Amino acid sequence: MAAEQGKVDPMHQFTIEPLFGTDHWSIAGYSIPFTNSALWMALTTAVLLLFVVGGMKRELVPGRWQMAVEGFTGFIDNLLAANIGPAGKKYVPYIFSLFMFILFANLLGLLPLMLVGVHPFTPTSHFTVTGVLAIMSFAIVLIVGFARHGLHFFSLFVPHGTPWWLLWLIPIIELISFLVRPFSLALRLFVAMMAGHVLLEVLSSFVIDSANSGALWGTVVGLPSFLLMIAICALELLVAGIQAYVFALLTSLYLNDAENLH
Amino acid sequence: MEPASAKLIGAGLAAIGAGMAAIGVGNVFGSFLESALRNPGAADGQQGRLFIGFAAAELLGLLSFVVAMILIFVA
Repeated sequence: MAAEQGKVDPMHQFTIEPLFGTDHWSIAGYSIPFTNSALWMALTTAVLLLFVVGGMKRELVPGRWQMAVEGFTGFIDNLLAANIGPAGKKYVPYIFSLFMFILFANLLGLLPLMLVGVHPFTPTSHFTVTGVLAIMSFAIVLIVGFARHGLHFFSLFVPHGTPWWLLWLIPIIELISFLVRPFSLALRLFVAMMAGHVLLEVLSSFVIDSANSGALWGTVVGLPSFLLMIAICALELLVAGIQAYVFALLTSLYLNDAENLH
Repeated sequence: MEPASAKLIGAGLAAIGAGMAAIGVGNVFGSFLESALRNPGAADGQQGRLFIGFAAAELLGLLSFVVAMILIFVA
Protein backbone atom coordinates (compact mmCIF):
# COMPACT_ATOMS: atom_id res chain seq x y z
CA MET A 1 0.00 0.00 0.00
CA ALA A 2 1.34 3.38 -0.93
CA ALA A 3 2.05 5.48 2.12
CA GLU A 4 2.05 8.91 0.51
CA GLN A 5 -0.23 11.31 2.43
CA GLY A 6 -1.67 8.34 4.29
CA LYS A 7 -3.62 7.29 1.20
CA VAL A 8 -4.23 3.72 0.12
CA ASP A 9 -3.59 3.18 -3.57
CA PRO A 10 -6.18 0.63 -4.72
CA MET A 11 -4.28 -0.18 -7.91
CA HIS A 12 -0.97 -0.98 -6.22
CA GLN A 13 -2.01 -4.57 -5.55
CA PHE A 14 -2.01 -5.28 -9.30
CA THR A 15 1.60 -4.27 -9.82
CA ILE A 16 3.64 -6.97 -11.51
CA GLU A 17 7.09 -6.99 -10.02
CA PRO A 18 10.04 -9.21 -10.92
CA LEU A 19 11.09 -11.55 -8.14
CA PHE A 20 14.40 -12.77 -9.57
CA GLY A 21 16.23 -13.13 -12.86
CA THR A 22 15.68 -9.54 -13.97
CA ASP A 23 19.04 -8.73 -15.51
CA HIS A 24 20.11 -11.66 -17.62
CA TRP A 25 16.85 -13.24 -18.70
CA SER A 26 15.69 -11.73 -21.93
CA ILE A 27 14.32 -12.87 -25.26
CA ALA A 28 14.66 -10.56 -28.29
CA GLY A 29 15.18 -7.54 -26.09
CA TYR A 30 12.23 -8.22 -23.77
CA SER A 31 13.21 -9.09 -20.24
CA ILE A 32 11.43 -12.17 -18.95
CA PRO A 33 11.97 -12.21 -15.19
CA PHE A 34 10.08 -14.56 -12.91
CA THR A 35 7.34 -12.21 -11.69
CA ASN A 36 4.87 -12.45 -8.83
CA SER A 37 2.21 -13.19 -11.47
CA ALA A 38 4.23 -16.19 -12.66
CA LEU A 39 4.78 -17.28 -9.07
CA TRP A 40 1.06 -17.27 -8.30
CA MET A 41 0.21 -19.08 -11.52
CA ALA A 42 2.79 -21.72 -10.61
CA LEU A 43 1.32 -21.92 -7.11
CA THR A 44 -2.17 -22.31 -8.57
CA THR A 45 -0.97 -25.13 -10.79
CA ALA A 46 0.81 -26.81 -7.89
CA VAL A 47 -2.25 -26.65 -5.62
CA LEU A 48 -4.46 -27.86 -8.46
CA LEU A 49 -2.12 -30.79 -9.14
CA LEU A 50 -2.05 -31.65 -5.45
CA PHE A 51 -5.84 -31.56 -5.30
CA VAL A 52 -6.38 -33.72 -8.37
CA VAL A 53 -3.57 -36.24 -7.76
CA GLY A 54 -4.73 -36.68 -4.17
CA GLY A 55 -8.14 -37.74 -5.47
CA MET A 56 -6.93 -40.14 -8.16
CA LYS A 57 -6.49 -43.23 -6.00
CA ARG A 58 -9.34 -44.89 -7.97
CA GLU A 59 -10.75 -46.68 -4.97
CA LEU A 60 -13.98 -48.56 -5.44
CA VAL A 61 -15.50 -46.85 -2.43
CA PRO A 62 -14.29 -43.26 -2.74
CA GLY A 63 -13.11 -41.32 0.28
CA ARG A 64 -13.89 -37.65 0.88
CA TRP A 65 -11.03 -36.33 -1.22
CA GLN A 66 -11.80 -38.58 -4.17
CA MET A 67 -15.47 -37.59 -3.91
CA ALA A 68 -14.49 -33.92 -4.10
CA VAL A 69 -12.42 -34.40 -7.25
CA GLU A 70 -15.01 -36.68 -8.83
CA GLY A 71 -17.67 -34.12 -8.00
CA PHE A 72 -15.82 -31.51 -10.03
CA THR A 73 -15.11 -33.82 -12.99
CA GLY A 74 -18.70 -35.03 -12.94
CA PHE A 75 -19.89 -31.43 -12.90
CA ILE A 76 -17.84 -30.56 -15.99
CA ASP A 77 -18.90 -33.82 -17.61
CA ASN A 78 -22.58 -32.95 -17.13
CA LEU A 79 -21.99 -29.40 -18.37
CA LEU A 80 -20.47 -30.64 -21.62
CA ALA A 81 -23.02 -33.43 -22.07
CA ALA A 82 -25.85 -30.91 -21.67
CA ASN A 83 -24.36 -28.27 -23.99
CA ILE A 84 -22.56 -30.27 -26.69
CA GLY A 85 -23.96 -33.77 -26.41
CA PRO A 86 -21.99 -37.00 -26.82
CA ALA A 87 -19.32 -35.22 -28.88
CA GLY A 88 -18.46 -33.12 -25.84
CA LYS A 89 -16.79 -35.99 -24.02
CA LYS A 90 -13.37 -35.28 -25.55
CA TYR A 91 -13.31 -31.70 -24.27
CA VAL A 92 -13.68 -32.69 -20.61
CA PRO A 93 -9.90 -32.51 -19.88
CA TYR A 94 -9.57 -29.02 -21.39
CA ILE A 95 -12.69 -27.51 -19.82
CA PHE A 96 -11.87 -29.16 -16.49
CA SER A 97 -8.33 -27.70 -16.49
CA LEU A 98 -9.65 -24.30 -17.53
CA PHE A 99 -12.39 -24.25 -14.89
CA MET A 100 -10.19 -25.49 -12.07
CA PHE A 101 -7.28 -23.20 -12.95
CA ILE A 102 -9.50 -20.11 -12.98
CA LEU A 103 -11.32 -21.19 -9.83
CA PHE A 104 -8.12 -21.90 -7.90
CA ALA A 105 -6.42 -18.72 -9.15
CA ASN A 106 -9.44 -16.65 -8.09
CA LEU A 107 -9.65 -18.29 -4.68
CA LEU A 108 -5.91 -18.21 -3.94
CA GLY A 109 -5.87 -14.49 -4.71
CA LEU A 110 -8.56 -13.96 -2.07
CA LEU A 111 -6.65 -15.65 0.74
CA PRO A 112 -5.88 -13.25 3.64
CA LEU A 113 -2.16 -14.01 3.42
CA MET A 114 -1.27 -10.39 4.22
CA LEU A 115 -1.66 -11.44 7.87
CA VAL A 116 1.56 -13.45 7.56
CA GLY A 117 3.26 -10.82 5.40
CA VAL A 118 2.76 -12.42 1.98
CA HIS A 119 1.05 -10.28 -0.64
CA PRO A 120 -1.48 -12.44 -2.49
CA PHE A 121 -1.76 -11.85 -6.21
CA THR A 122 -4.60 -12.84 -8.54
CA PRO A 123 -3.30 -13.75 -12.01
CA THR A 124 -6.87 -13.68 -13.35
CA SER A 125 -7.15 -9.97 -12.56
CA HIS A 126 -4.83 -9.27 -15.48
CA PHE A 127 -6.09 -8.95 -19.03
CA THR A 128 -2.96 -10.63 -20.41
CA VAL A 129 -3.62 -13.84 -18.48
CA THR A 130 -7.36 -14.02 -19.13
CA GLY A 131 -6.72 -12.95 -22.72
CA VAL A 132 -4.43 -15.91 -23.33
CA LEU A 133 -7.01 -18.27 -21.76
CA ALA A 134 -9.72 -16.81 -24.02
CA ILE A 135 -7.52 -17.01 -27.13
CA MET A 136 -6.83 -20.66 -26.32
CA SER A 137 -10.57 -21.40 -26.20
CA PHE A 138 -11.18 -19.40 -29.37
CA ALA A 139 -8.33 -21.17 -31.19
CA ILE A 140 -9.75 -24.56 -30.26
CA VAL A 141 -13.16 -23.47 -31.58
CA LEU A 142 -11.60 -22.37 -34.89
CA ILE A 143 -9.43 -25.47 -35.27
CA VAL A 144 -12.24 -27.90 -34.43
CA GLY A 145 -14.72 -26.01 -36.58
CA PHE A 146 -12.56 -25.92 -39.69
CA ALA A 147 -11.27 -29.47 -39.17
CA ARG A 148 -14.75 -30.95 -38.82
CA HIS A 149 -16.71 -28.87 -41.31
CA GLY A 150 -14.10 -27.34 -43.61
CA LEU A 151 -15.36 -24.22 -45.36
CA HIS A 152 -18.90 -25.25 -44.42
CA PHE A 153 -18.02 -23.79 -40.99
CA PHE A 154 -18.84 -20.37 -42.46
CA SER A 155 -22.52 -21.34 -42.49
CA LEU A 156 -22.30 -20.43 -38.79
CA PHE A 157 -22.74 -16.85 -39.94
CA VAL A 158 -26.03 -17.56 -41.70
CA PRO A 159 -28.53 -18.90 -39.15
CA HIS A 160 -31.40 -21.11 -40.30
CA GLY A 161 -34.41 -19.26 -41.57
CA THR A 162 -32.65 -16.04 -42.49
CA PRO A 163 -34.88 -14.21 -44.99
CA TRP A 164 -33.15 -13.68 -48.35
CA TRP A 165 -33.47 -9.89 -48.19
CA LEU A 166 -31.43 -9.84 -44.94
CA LEU A 167 -28.57 -11.91 -46.33
CA TRP A 168 -26.40 -8.84 -46.71
CA LEU A 169 -26.75 -7.81 -43.04
CA ILE A 170 -27.05 -10.94 -40.87
CA PRO A 171 -23.63 -12.47 -41.76
CA ILE A 172 -21.90 -9.20 -40.85
CA ILE A 173 -23.63 -9.03 -37.46
CA GLU A 174 -22.92 -12.71 -36.83
CA LEU A 175 -19.28 -12.24 -37.83
CA ILE A 176 -18.86 -9.33 -35.41
CA SER A 177 -20.55 -11.22 -32.59
CA PHE A 178 -18.26 -14.19 -33.36
CA LEU A 179 -15.08 -12.12 -33.40
CA VAL A 180 -15.98 -10.31 -30.19
CA ARG A 181 -16.25 -13.60 -28.27
CA PRO A 182 -12.64 -14.00 -27.07
CA PHE A 183 -12.60 -10.34 -26.09
CA SER A 184 -15.78 -10.54 -24.03
CA LEU A 185 -14.69 -13.85 -22.50
CA ALA A 186 -11.38 -12.39 -21.31
CA LEU A 187 -12.81 -9.02 -20.31
CA ARG A 188 -15.55 -10.49 -18.13
CA LEU A 189 -13.21 -12.54 -15.96
CA PHE A 190 -10.56 -9.83 -15.74
CA VAL A 191 -12.91 -7.00 -14.82
CA ALA A 192 -14.94 -9.07 -12.38
CA MET A 193 -11.85 -10.08 -10.44
CA MET A 194 -10.22 -6.65 -10.64
CA ALA A 195 -13.36 -4.76 -9.57
CA GLY A 196 -13.79 -6.96 -6.53
CA HIS A 197 -10.22 -6.45 -5.39
CA VAL A 198 -10.38 -2.68 -5.96
CA LEU A 199 -13.61 -2.55 -3.97
CA LEU A 200 -12.07 -4.40 -1.03
CA GLU A 201 -9.02 -2.14 -1.13
CA VAL A 202 -11.13 1.04 -1.20
CA LEU A 203 -13.21 -0.18 1.75
CA SER A 204 -10.05 -1.07 3.65
CA SER A 205 -8.79 2.48 3.05
CA PHE A 206 -12.05 3.76 4.61
CA VAL A 207 -11.42 1.60 7.67
CA ILE A 208 -7.77 2.62 8.03
CA ASP A 209 -8.25 6.34 7.45
CA SER A 210 -11.33 6.66 9.67
CA ALA A 211 -9.68 4.71 12.48
CA ASN A 212 -6.66 6.98 12.24
CA SER A 213 -8.79 10.11 12.61
CA GLY A 214 -10.23 9.22 16.00
CA ALA A 215 -12.68 6.96 17.81
CA LEU A 216 -15.78 8.86 16.63
CA TRP A 217 -15.11 8.46 12.91
CA GLY A 218 -13.79 4.99 13.58
CA THR A 219 -17.17 3.84 14.87
CA VAL A 220 -19.34 5.90 12.49
CA VAL A 221 -17.47 5.12 9.26
CA GLY A 222 -14.87 2.46 10.00
CA LEU A 223 -17.02 -0.16 11.67
CA PRO A 224 -19.78 -0.26 9.01
CA SER A 225 -17.11 -0.34 6.30
CA PHE A 226 -15.42 -3.23 8.05
CA LEU A 227 -18.68 -5.19 8.28
CA LEU A 228 -19.36 -4.42 4.63
CA MET A 229 -15.86 -5.70 3.80
CA ILE A 230 -16.62 -9.04 5.42
CA ALA A 231 -19.87 -9.29 3.45
CA ILE A 232 -18.10 -8.33 0.21
CA CYS A 233 -15.49 -11.01 0.91
CA ALA A 234 -18.27 -13.59 0.99
CA LEU A 235 -19.65 -12.12 -2.24
CA GLU A 236 -16.20 -12.34 -3.81
CA LEU A 237 -16.02 -16.06 -3.00
CA LEU A 238 -19.32 -16.44 -4.86
CA VAL A 239 -18.06 -14.33 -7.79
CA ALA A 240 -14.86 -16.38 -7.98
CA GLY A 241 -16.94 -19.53 -8.46
CA ILE A 242 -19.49 -17.95 -10.81
CA GLN A 243 -16.87 -16.41 -13.09
CA ALA A 244 -14.98 -19.70 -13.40
CA TYR A 245 -18.29 -21.43 -14.18
CA VAL A 246 -19.32 -18.78 -16.71
CA PHE A 247 -15.95 -19.04 -18.48
CA ALA A 248 -16.29 -22.82 -18.73
CA LEU A 249 -19.95 -22.57 -19.75
CA LEU A 250 -19.36 -20.04 -22.53
CA THR A 251 -16.35 -21.99 -23.81
CA SER A 252 -18.50 -25.10 -24.02
CA LEU A 253 -21.22 -23.15 -25.86
CA TYR A 254 -18.69 -21.91 -28.41
CA LEU A 255 -17.36 -25.45 -28.79
CA ASN A 256 -20.93 -26.55 -29.42
CA ASP A 257 -21.06 -24.10 -32.35
CA ALA A 258 -17.86 -25.61 -33.70
CA GLU A 259 -19.04 -29.22 -33.26
CA ASN A 260 -22.64 -28.97 -34.38
CA LEU A 261 -22.89 -25.60 -36.18
CA HIS A 262 -26.38 -24.23 -35.56
CA MET B 1 -13.81 22.76 -18.22
CA GLU B 2 -10.41 21.36 -17.42
CA PRO B 3 -9.68 18.07 -19.24
CA ALA B 4 -8.60 16.39 -16.01
CA SER B 5 -11.86 17.22 -14.23
CA ALA B 6 -13.89 16.26 -17.28
CA LYS B 7 -12.17 12.86 -17.19
CA LEU B 8 -13.12 12.32 -13.56
CA ILE B 9 -16.72 13.43 -14.16
CA GLY B 10 -16.91 11.03 -17.11
CA ALA B 11 -15.57 8.22 -14.96
CA GLY B 12 -18.21 8.99 -12.36
CA LEU B 13 -20.93 9.01 -15.01
CA ALA B 14 -19.72 5.59 -16.15
CA ALA B 15 -20.77 4.26 -12.75
CA ILE B 16 -24.40 4.73 -13.87
CA GLY B 17 -23.75 1.82 -16.21
CA ALA B 18 -22.80 -0.39 -13.26
CA GLY B 19 -26.12 0.46 -11.61
CA MET B 20 -27.99 -0.34 -14.82
CA ALA B 21 -26.21 -3.70 -15.01
CA ALA B 22 -27.35 -4.33 -11.43
CA ILE B 23 -30.95 -3.89 -12.61
CA GLY B 24 -30.27 -6.28 -15.49
CA VAL B 25 -28.66 -8.97 -13.35
CA GLY B 26 -31.41 -8.66 -10.76
CA ASN B 27 -33.96 -9.01 -13.54
CA VAL B 28 -32.31 -12.19 -14.82
CA PHE B 29 -32.23 -13.90 -11.44
CA GLY B 30 -35.60 -12.51 -10.37
CA SER B 31 -37.38 -13.80 -13.45
CA PHE B 32 -35.63 -17.15 -13.11
CA LEU B 33 -36.71 -17.51 -9.49
CA GLU B 34 -40.24 -16.44 -10.30
CA SER B 35 -40.65 -19.07 -12.98
CA ALA B 36 -38.63 -21.68 -11.09
CA LEU B 37 -41.12 -21.50 -8.23
CA ARG B 38 -43.97 -22.05 -10.68
CA ASN B 39 -42.35 -25.13 -12.19
CA PRO B 40 -39.55 -26.38 -9.93
CA GLY B 41 -39.16 -29.55 -11.98
CA ALA B 42 -37.96 -27.67 -15.04
CA ALA B 43 -35.74 -25.26 -13.10
CA ASP B 44 -32.57 -27.36 -12.92
CA GLY B 45 -32.43 -27.86 -16.66
CA GLN B 46 -32.40 -24.12 -17.26
CA GLN B 47 -29.41 -23.25 -15.11
CA GLY B 48 -27.08 -23.04 -18.10
CA ARG B 49 -29.35 -20.48 -19.77
CA LEU B 50 -29.66 -18.62 -16.47
CA PHE B 51 -25.92 -18.09 -16.34
CA ILE B 52 -25.70 -17.18 -20.02
CA GLY B 53 -28.23 -14.42 -19.38
CA PHE B 54 -26.36 -13.40 -16.26
CA ALA B 55 -23.07 -13.28 -18.16
CA ALA B 56 -24.53 -11.18 -20.96
CA ALA B 57 -26.16 -8.70 -18.58
CA GLU B 58 -23.08 -8.49 -16.40
CA LEU B 59 -20.64 -7.95 -19.27
CA LEU B 60 -22.32 -4.69 -20.26
CA GLY B 61 -21.98 -3.41 -16.72
CA LEU B 62 -18.34 -4.45 -16.59
CA LEU B 63 -17.76 -2.51 -19.79
CA SER B 64 -18.75 0.66 -17.95
CA PHE B 65 -16.12 -0.16 -15.34
CA VAL B 66 -13.59 -0.52 -18.15
CA VAL B 67 -14.67 2.88 -19.51
CA ALA B 68 -14.10 4.43 -16.08
CA MET B 69 -10.69 2.78 -15.74
CA ILE B 70 -9.65 3.94 -19.21
CA LEU B 71 -10.74 7.49 -18.41
CA ILE B 72 -8.80 7.56 -15.15
CA PHE B 73 -5.63 5.67 -16.05
CA VAL B 74 -5.21 5.69 -19.83
CA ALA B 75 -6.84 8.71 -21.45
